[in-house]
Amino acid sequence: MSEEKIIKAIKFGILSPELIRKMSVTAVVTPDVYDEDGLPVEGGVMDPRLGVIEPGQKCSTCGNTIASCPGHFGHLELVRPVIHVGFVRYIYDVLRATCRRCGRLKLPEDELNKYLDLLKRLEGRWPLLARGLTDYVKRKAMKVVECPHCGSRQFKIKLEKPTTFIEEGPEGPRRLWPTDVRSRLERVPNTDLRLLGHDPELSRPEWAVLTVLPIPAISVRPSILLETGVRSEDDLTHKLVDIIRTNERLRESINAGAPEVIIEDLWDLLQYHITTYFDNEAPGVPPAKHRSGRALRTLAQRLKGKEGRFRGNLSGKRVDFSARTVISPDPNLSINEVGVPEEIAKILTVPERVTPWNIDVIRRYVLNGPYKHPGANYVIDPTGRRIDLRYIRDLKAIAESLKPGYVVERHLVDGDIVLFNRQPSLHRMSIMAHVVRVLPGKTFRLHLAVCPPYNADFDGDEMNLHVPQSEEARAEARVLLLVQEHILSPRYGGPIIGGIQDYISGAYLLSSKTTLLSKEQVSDLIASSGYRGSIPEPAVLSPKVLWSGKQIISLLLPQDFNFRGKANISAGPLKCDDEECLWDSYVVIKRGKLLLGVLDKKTLGAQQPENILHWIAKEYGNSFCREFMDGIFKLSLRYIEMRGFTMMLTDVLLPNTAIKEINELLDNAKKKVFELIEMYRRGELEPVPGRTLEESLEIKIMEVLADVRDEAGEIAAKYLDPFNNVFIMARTGARGNILNITQMAAILGQQSVRGERIRRGYDHRTLPHFKPGDIGPEARGFVRSSFVSGLSPIEMFFHAAGGREGLVDTAVRTSQSGYMQRRLINALQDLRVNYDLTVRTPDNEVVQLIYGEDGVDPARSSYGKAVNVDRIIERVVGWRL
Amino acid sequence: MSSKSSKKKFNILEHELVPKHEVLTKEEAVELMKSLGIGPERLPWIRASDPVVKALGAKPGDIIKIVRKSPTAGESVAYRFVVSG
Repeated sequence: MSEEKIIKAIKFGILSPELIRKMSVTAVVTPDVYDEDGLPVEGGVMDPRLGVIEPGQKCSTCGNTIASCPGHFGHLELVRPVIHVGFVRYIYDVLRATCRRCGRLKLPEDELNKYLDLLKRLEGRWPLLARGLTDYVKRKAMKVVECPHCGSRQFKIKLEKPTTFIEEGPEGPRRLWPTDVRSRLERVPNTDLRLLGHDPELSRPEWAVLTVLPIPAISVRPSILLETGVRSEDDLTHKLVDIIRTNERLRESINAGAPEVIIEDLWDLLQYHITTYFDNEAPGVPPAKHRSGRALRTLAQRLKGKEGRFRGNLSGKRVDFSARTVISPDPNLSINEVGVPEEIAKILTVPERVTPWNIDVIRRYVLNGPYKHPGANYVIDPTGRRIDLRYIRDLKAIAESLKPGYVVERHLVDGDIVLFNRQPSLHRMSIMAHVVRVLPGKTFRLHLAVCPPYNADFDGDEMNLHVPQSEEARAEARVLLLVQEHILSPRYGGPIIGGIQDYISGAYLLSSKTTLLSKEQVSDLIASSGYRGSIPEPAVLSPKVLWSGKQIISLLLPQDFNFRGKANISAGPLKCDDEECLWDSYVVIKRGKLLLGVLDKKTLGAQQPENILHWIAKEYGNSFCREFMDGIFKLSLRYIEMRGFTMMLTDVLLPNTAIKEINELLDNAKKKVFELIEMYRRGELEPVPGRTLEESLEIKIMEVLADVRDEAGEIAAKYLDPFNNVFIMARTGARGNILNITQMAAILGQQSVRGERIRRGYDHRTLPHFKPGDIGPEARGFVRSSFVSGLSPIEMFFHAAGGREGLVDTAVRTSQSGYMQRRLINALQDLRVNYDLTVRTPDNEVVQLIYGEDGVDPARSSYGKAVNVDRIIERVVGWRL
Repeated sequence: MSSKSSKKKFNILEHELVPKHEVLTKEEAVELMKSLGIGPERLPWIRASDPVVKALGAKPGDIIKIVRKSPTAGESVAYRFVVSG
């Protein structure tokens, strides 16, 4: 083990020419890379001294092999200096702030001393303010037109992107060549540089004008051998060859005494190559292209962006002990579990240390070997030697040689803890720990109740799985990350895990008053729920013993649990506000007995605060709540299986009387719309405040048409059988809503784009089927048909137009909110709530005096409130006041 | 705005949307810093050019106590460290 050191600070600077030469193992002098034999040329960019290329070779510089040789820098002496693109802004600032003749900062001596003194005092304590001071000094010095030190006149300097400086002297504009720039920068004294915010020890400004170019090691730009045997060089190597070739041509031209123009052109070409070598996306520079026309990926491109070194390889990387596959549902699992395909369980491993207590089990794993399921892939002996069981013929010998102290990397088995994740990981419930169940098949299986936190469905979603490798990580996963610990969400004080879809329909049907169960049915249900106890007294004794569904549900509730509240079906004609309820839509649970009301989305659903699951989780603990959920959900599903549940066309078919009623309604509405239009034409329409007359008409028409759809929906609801399965789903909140049913059974209603009736298309009309200027309902996207009756081609077109807007919106929204999330997380990730409840940054800066102004953890609150007094009274007295 | 409003100097501290601001005395400031275990620069900053600071007449180095109404906590207290600028 090497000595442990702590990084206190990191300082960045510019490499000086001396340092570049000192780092270098060889000067690169020739643009040739390989000779006729295909061997790298000495003094070329693939010089063997720059590092090992082929495996097995020894480095001629450090003597290491490919695995341990870090690679070595070379250098190239540039014939003429060249400006570094990354530093043009700093060069420009220094040029403008200093004198063109004496190189001093263009401020009087006494001011300089004053600022220098101030800067020294600021630097230690207020680095941010020091930065502000240097900016201020810089700006002030730039404005000066006569040097206070030598009195020479100053001229305006212009920067022509990307790297050309032009001085506008009295004789007209003159180009400042990098040599001129460099000599000016050289004259700036160190003390003045400090005031400009530079640290002259680490970065003299003239170092930003390159005279020597470092040539990176070969390991940074490896060449790849294609199958055809052709060598393909890295983009950087190509660029370096270009630079060296141009450098040589420039040298020859100068030596041959070529005309100035030719030399300057070559100089600019060298500048171009070096600029694109650093950054191939620099503004104002045409990107250097590969022969195929693809832009080269040079130094800046390697670092930048999502797939760059920082975001792609350092902040996040590919990991071992992980798996990814399609997910599918399995209602027979516990919500804490995840089903893992055997194929994956044989690849993912957990290191287990051999002890006298587990040696027999582990021996069996080793005997099974890497290809039989509860097996093992590696054995690590106490010296640290890894034995790969794939290449061992005599597994028995290895199994027998196991002794306490060995470590065996065994397959994933039932009961192991793993992390399970679905992207985008927007909140902490996106990664939860699950207990492994190894199952046949090729998909990850998960309980449907954990779909809401992951926002998962099974239309092809894939999820990732990670196996913690250390004891600490496993303990942390079990205690903090297990699914049951996330039933209550910190997003709002309430359960995010709970019943969805068929669980809700099932619970509703089971708990409804009409459900009476025979002894066989009761036994079946109870067995499926995992309840271990006696069957209660039947609710009906004669002519046959029968139990109510509410009795069965009560078996799973804690003995002292009290609850009352409205059910989801408590709406419209079935609305109830207290326990005197004819519709069974007010839930009363007293001492663990469901006395009244049906269970549906409001009481058992996911993302429903202050429901039964919420209070059970809060008052009886997460572990109990998980057991309760496992039980009641299995119960619901078993019952819905017994009863049968489906939807069909007749569920949304209305009787003729209803259709007649709706048609009448529509005719009236249409009449009203035309009346409005007529009023508008006559100029009698009363405008809506703040709107033009045209807008007022549109608003009023839309109002009428929206009302007619709602009224049609009410009629449809009136005529539908309340125990029709589609209607049950909508009422209980299991899936869909009344509007969906309306659209299927009665009328689709007004289609809209951007919140308006559809108006785009041809001049003054939406489609050629209408007269220009027609603003009647049909011409502006009102769909009179229902999905059952079928849409006319014109209606179908309007429906598609409205539907398209929805699709575009979601696509735009996800990308925008994704970026917003990234920025928020970057800003907030290091904040921490301390023991005194203050929120502080890692620098101990106070952000909030008390977390959230009230110090309440939303995950432990009830819907944001710290204490829910009503609930406490209800729990104790069994009554809500 | 009109010339009338600029003539009649309006005290922003009396506006109903401006929470209560007050400058801490030296003793109070020391006490606060001690209880938080930090120097005043670790508090959020407020510029001396901020209208509220000017209305209060606070100087750089002062600490301002702000008492706001909060929907969750009833009343919440915040502090600002006045810096020049």
